[in-house]
Amino acid sequence: MTNQLFSGTGSLSRFILRRDRIRIPIWILSFVFATVATAVAFIGLYENAQERQAIASTMGNPAMTAMVGPGYGLANYTSGAMMAHQMLLMTAVVVGLMSVLLVIRHTRTDEEEGRIEMVRSLPVGRLSNVAATLLVLFLVNIVLAILTGVSLYALNIESMELEGSLLYGAALGATGMIFASLTAVCAQLSHNARSAMGLSIGILLLAYIVRAIGDVGSEAVAWLSPLGWIVRSEVYVNNIWWPVLMTVGAAVVFGGLAMYLNSIRDLGAGFLPARAGKIHASPLLLSPFGLAFRLQRTGFIAWAISMYVLGASYGSVMGDMESFFADVDLMQDLLVPMEGFSLVEQFVPTLMAVMTIIATIPVLMAVLKVRGEEKNDRIEHVLGRAVSRNRLLGSYLLISLIASFVMISLAGLGLGTVADAVMEEGFDIGMAYQAALAYLPAVWAMIGVAVLLIGWLPKLTGFIWLYLSFSFFVIYLGSLFQLPEWVEKTTPFGYVSAIPLEQFDWLQAIVLTTVAILLIVIGFVGYNKRDIGK
Amino acid sequence: MTILKTAGLTKKFGDFAALDGVDIEVGKGEVYGFIGPNGAGKSTTIRVLLGILKATEGQATIFGKDVWKDAVGIHKRVAYVPGDVNLWPNLTGGEVIDLFIKLRGGNNKSRREELIRRFDLDPSKKCRTYSKGNRQKVALVAALSSDADLYILDEPTSGLDPLMERVFQECVREAKAEGKSILLSSHILSEVEQLCDKVAIIRQGKIIEKGTLKELRHLTGTMLLVETKEPMPNLAEVKGVQGIEQKDGALSFQVDQEELDHVVRYVSGFGIIRMESAPPTLEELFMRHYEGTGTGGAL
Ligand SMILES: Nc1ncnc2c1ncn2[C@@H]1O[C@H](COP(=O)(O)OP(=O)(O)O)[C@@H](O)[C@H]1O
Ligand SMILES: [Mg+2]
Repeated sequence: MTNQLFSGTGSLSRFILRRDRIRIPIWILSFVFATVATAVAFIGLYENAQERQAIASTMGNPAMTAMVGPGYGLANYTSGAMMAHQMLLMTAVVVGLMSVLLVIRHTRTDEEEGRIEMVRSLPVGRLSNVAATLLVLFLVNIVLAILTGVSLYALNIESMELEGSLLYGAALGATGMIFASLTAVCAQLSHNARSAMGLSIGILLLAYIVRAIGDVGSEAVAWLSPLGWIVRSEVYVNNIWWPVLMTVGAAVVFGGLAMYLNSIRDLGAGFLPARAGKIHASPLLLSPFGLAFRLQRTGFIAWAISMYVLGASYGSVMGDMESFFADVDLMQDLLVPMEGFSLVEQFVPTLMAVMTIIATIPVLMAVLKVRGEEKNDRIEHVLGRAVSRNRLLGSYLLISLIASFVMISLAGLGLGTVADAVMEEGFDIGMAYQAALAYLPAVWAMIGVAVLLIGWLPKLTGFIWLYLSFSFFVIYLGSLFQLPEWVEKTTPFGYVSAIPLEQFDWLQAIVLTTVAILLIVIGFVGYNKRDIGK
Repeated sequence: MTILKTAGLTKKFGDFAALDGVDIEVGKGEVYGFIGPNGAGKSTTIRVLLGILKATEGQATIFGKDVWKDAVGIHKRVAYVPGDVNLWPNLTGGEVIDLFIKLRGGNNKSRREELIRRFDLDPSKKCRTYSKGNRQKVALVAALSSDADLYILDEPTSGLDPLMERVFQECVREAKAEGKSILLSSHILSEVEQLCDKVAIIRQGKIIEKGTLKELRHLTGTMLLVETKEPMPNLAEVKGVQGIEQKDGALSFQVDQEELDHVVRYVSGFGIIRMESAPPTLEELFMRHYEGTGTGGAL
């Protein structure tokens, strides 16, 4: 029986490793490198305990808690405690994202492209593919955990002792494992790769938001999210192992559930209901734009809701933050408010930066969809009819531009409206909205880079995700410590006015928009010249 | 009148020449068969003709216009069925057909319904649930219900059952009767034989033979099956006789057209019991080319 179910799992695992022999090492090394680089940066920035203690007092406020998790060891803020507090959760979320992408790639995508069918026709067990995918993912996350842990320890930093370092790595690895399993479950529920991916990323975001609400409000809510468990390992402070082990246990349980669901469904089918079909197309579908929008409609709406919720969850902690600042006298002394701005307002630009970079994900997905369609050989149906390449690419670009406006508006308004509702003094919604819209030119520049890649380097469009992740780290780290000015200037997000602290810089915005337009135009030229195909 | 013409069409992917000097010409009202084994370059030629791939060298025109520069204008009068029909999993067949018809710029409701009925397609199903044959039907219904002047069909029947293949052939004949031109790529020889006026055979990116079916048969002569009272020991040495094979007591061989008279006289000297003659099938014609050049590439 086991033979029937799992035969060939070993060979399939090796095959997955072989297919991803470049992709997986890049992921792992990026995490190790980013972690080590941050640890080294922390040491360089804060030379003694006084300096660290000073920053600790600004870190305990609810906005920071919502963003990076509860601060353990704030009373004795060692380099280790600082690292675990400020970096662990964010890195864990990206590790989770890695797992989502890799699992979907080897389960639902392969299934949709008919590759699983071919594999199944060989003497291979029914569950072998899911089992092999999870096996590889667990392995990847274990290697990631060990390498990160050992590298941190090897830095030989006083407060980063061996156990804490290994736990730090293990917390990252465990997050990767649980999201690998959850994604494997989503891959069984949905009917296709796209919706499985949407569902998985949705769960990742939900886990983050639930944890944020829980961390700020109620401990019990935080325990509903696996990310809440991870931060409760209190790495480098109390080194509590069992939440991490519990996460691994949950990963195994969900992995089992994924396999069970896989064993009781037909190939190509899912569990979520599919609606009965229409015989005729609605007039809204009947154009390249209509088609492009229709293909992304569900994802678009889901992202729009998520952006509002994300903004709202940041907004909801503004009230807590206000009372927190009022309570702590020490804070009043340490952080002299900038003239004319409340302490709460001073946090707005950082929150906006994080939110708009997240909002850029659906924006880029919208324009990159045209490349996905090309890879799936569906573009020729459109280009083979009376549709020009400009009109085709333009349709996807237009959706992307609309998405940039909608997503960022919703995030800004979510933050503004909820903050206004929860704060005693009230909150300037218009200011929040302006702060969000200030990021539009930067997002357009990212669209420009994407169109440029689509036009000239179609095989390398994935590079844009690397650039976005890079931007995130640069901006996020830049807001935590004073990185040199030029580092931020390597990404469009480094050219945005920090409203309300700064005036809106029209010249900067116009230059950024012009660059975006130029990139887009050059991209279109390339798209009109090249072969269409895989 | 020439509808479609290529001259010295060459397409390179890196160093690999997928097409190497392809010349074909489709006239008005003609059904032009484009045959060759898998990987010969049929789909690549068609993609160049549709302006989806850019030719490395050579010219290609449809309706006298350049296929790359005037793609959109040309496509208003062209209907295309790709070799691998990939559709959007979350749209229904009916929605896709409507979309395709609209993108070409036509609108023929009654023809759409008629074709859906003839091809026995359920347009309310999501494309995800369609088999290869059903996806092909969707593309065929969309293509055939449009009022195009040129139909470009890339192996359109490879997933259809014999019954549906018949429906397809009827549709092609109807289109031809209306004066439409059709470029039909295929590796199914019987299909091409039944439908096409002219044929081009492509192999490894080169056109190795082309002309009307009659001309091509002329090249290969006639197949004879002969049973005689006395054995014919020296048949192999007779001029114009090739490929002798033993077939249940009789001999089957191929005779060059110009030597036919002479060969029949020779054979009759041995007392004919049975004699059958047939034009060679395209299959035999095809096989001869493979034998001639060694490694073939599977059909
Ligand atoms: N985009 C591409 N890049 C590289 N090689 C290709 C590409 N498209 C097709 N080929 C190659 O060109 C040859 C012709 O392919 P194709 O035209 O699809 O053949 P056919 O349709 O006759 O079966 C094949 O050897 C194929 O591998
Ligand atoms: Mg082909």
